[in-house]
Parts: sequence; C-alpha cells; structure tokens
Amino acid sequence: MITRNKVIKLIMSKLKDEDLVISTTGMISREIFSCKDKNSNFYMIGSMGLAGSFATGIAISNPKKNVVIFDGDGSLLMNLGSVACTGYYAPKNLTHIILDNYSYQSTGDQPSISKSIDICGIATASGYQMVKDFPQFKEEDLDGINISTNSLSMYRIHVSTEDTHNIPRVSHLPHEITKNFKSKIL
Amino acid sequence: MSISADNFIALLKDHSFFNVAGVPDSTFGGLFNKVDSDTEINYFRANREDTALGIASGISISNKNCCVLMQNSGIGNIINPLTSFNLLYNIPVLLIIGWRGYGGKPNDAPEHWIMGEKTEEYFKMLDIPICTFENSEEADEEINKKLNSELNSYDKSPNTKALIFKSGVIV
Repeated sequence: MITRNKVIKLIMSKLKDEDLVISTTGMISREIFSCKDKNSNFYMIGSMGLAGSFATGIAISNPKKNVVIFDGDGSLLMNLGSVACTGYYAPKNLTHIILDNYSYQSTGDQPSISKSIDICGIATASGYQMVKDFPQFKEEDLDGINISTNSLSMYRIHVSTEDTHNIPRVSHLPHEITKNFKSKIL
Repeated sequence: MSISADNFIALLKDHSFFNVAGVPDSTFGGLFNKVDSDTEINYFRANREDTALGIASGISISNKNCCVLMQNSGIGNIINPLTSFNLLYNIPVLLIIGWRGYGGKPNDAPEHWIMGEKTEEYFKMLDIPICTFENSEEADEEINKKLNSELNSYDKSPNTKALIFKSGVIV
C-alpha cells in the first residue's frame, strides 16, 4: 500500500500556489508542512474534526478558489455529522481528501473503526457529487483526482504510514497561520 | 420590553452580518425561520453547534462577519473548537445564544437546569466576554441601543464574544 507521505507529495505537486489547503490535526498537517509550506496552507493543530466545516465556510465564501481538505479517518469520524452539512450546501470548489490509515497515528497507532465504514457511501448519500475510493492507489491514479471548482468531491485514499519521528512540527504559531492564510484570501 | 425578530434582523444587516450559521432554539421565537427565509442573509442550517462554528469560522477568515445562533445547551459542543481553534488562531465569531433554564432549577425544563445556571461561567472561564439580555423590563429602545452597540463594536473590531438572550427578549 502506498504511504501517506507519498500521496501527500503527489497531490501537493498537482496543486497551484493559490489553491487553499486545509489540513487536519496530527501527522497530516506535519507532513504537508514538510512537503510544501506556503501561506495558502492552513494547518489545524487542534480542533480535531473541524476541518470539514471550516473548509466548507471558506469554500462558500471564496467560490472562485479551489479549496482542498486533507483529512484523516480519525478526524472525519470524530465529526461525521458535518459531512451531512457539507453535502447539503455542496460547495463545488471543495475537494475533500481522506487519507485513511485506519488508525490514530499521532497518539500511538491505536486502530480506528474506519476499515469497516463505507465513507464514500456516506459522502454520496450526503450530497457529494464526485466520490472515488482508492483501495490501492498508484501514482498513475493521480489523474483521477480532479481539483476543480466543478463539483463537491471526496477521494478516499487508503494509505500506510511510515515512521514519522523525524517529521518536524509546524513551526508557525497559530495566529501567524491565520495571518498568512488571510493574505491569500484577500 | 423586547425586540422583534424583524428589528433584530435589520440590526444584523446594518452591521454587515449577511452570514448566519445556527442550530435552532425556541428562545428566539420566530427568528430562525425569518433568518432562514431572508433573501439577503445566507443562513446555514448546521446539524450541531460545532459545525455551525466551523462554517462561521471559514466565513470569518474570509473577512466577512458571521454569527452563530444557538441555544446554551449546545455550549458543550463548542468548547473544544473555541479553545483549540477560534481563540488560539484568532478567528473571531459572534455567538448569539438563547438562555434556556435561566436562573436554574426549577425554571424551564429539567434538561436546562444545570446549563441554565452555568451558562455565564463557561464563558468567564474561557475569558470570552459576554453581554446578557435578561431584563425584559428594560425599555424597547434600551435593548435596541445595547444590541446596536454590541454589533457595532464587533463590526469595527471583531473579537469572539457571546450575546446571551433570556427567553422573551426577542419576540
């Protein structure tokens, strides 16, 4: 199975500088920070489960910009109800990427319950317009991930994780992250 | 003695609140339905208070005023986002909260007794300023003036704050 870090690098290479990226709590934010730090990245270091609704508000307020969420299985499941609300309002410029490693890696690899959950089915039933599941993601599948303002999308990518001890924490302070991000919205 | 939902909405618009996210509360009477059907206001029907706060935060960081309309029983659902997100990242949202169980037991339904008594304490604990509207004896114009001043100060210098309304103040 492809590693999460590899998937993050592949998708980040596809994004434009001005695309707004919201990354969830834990290792995902750290990996994105290490891969490509930019002002249009919003790293959520706390508030697990809030990335979806926060990004929904951003997408609705900035309809011409691509908004991409890098979410995890643990954070998605923590506030699964917000998927219903995002699906209802269905901002077409929002791409929700779930990097599913079936576990809470940051807290010591405890298993989550995502393996038996049909996350894509829930997204479809909630109103997401483009939904794809990648149980065996390969580099060439990158073409199948469409970052656009055409449809509310969810891509669930099953990933393995490697030892991440060497990955640095996000070094920006939270209020600096806000300030940097706002400079890309204005 | 009170402010009408229509006046309340007019004040929101006067201070550029054209985005509202919320979870309904009977304290506000017909306000929710009026906000939801108002053609100038984008109302987001959130299914939980933290989702409302998340959406409102996304709008706030996009430099637009947004308020969350909710009841105090949902305060528990926004403590985590407030402490590890809004206050931490300096992303302001105006909270407009209905005060069920005002005065504690035996007022209102039993499920509101504890939160009714502790509502103010939650915000004091988090150093979030509050402004309460609990005096239904107050003249209409006083309530109007107080609300106008609160919305005005948020509009000029946004900071997370809670306006807490006892039942009967907004009709």
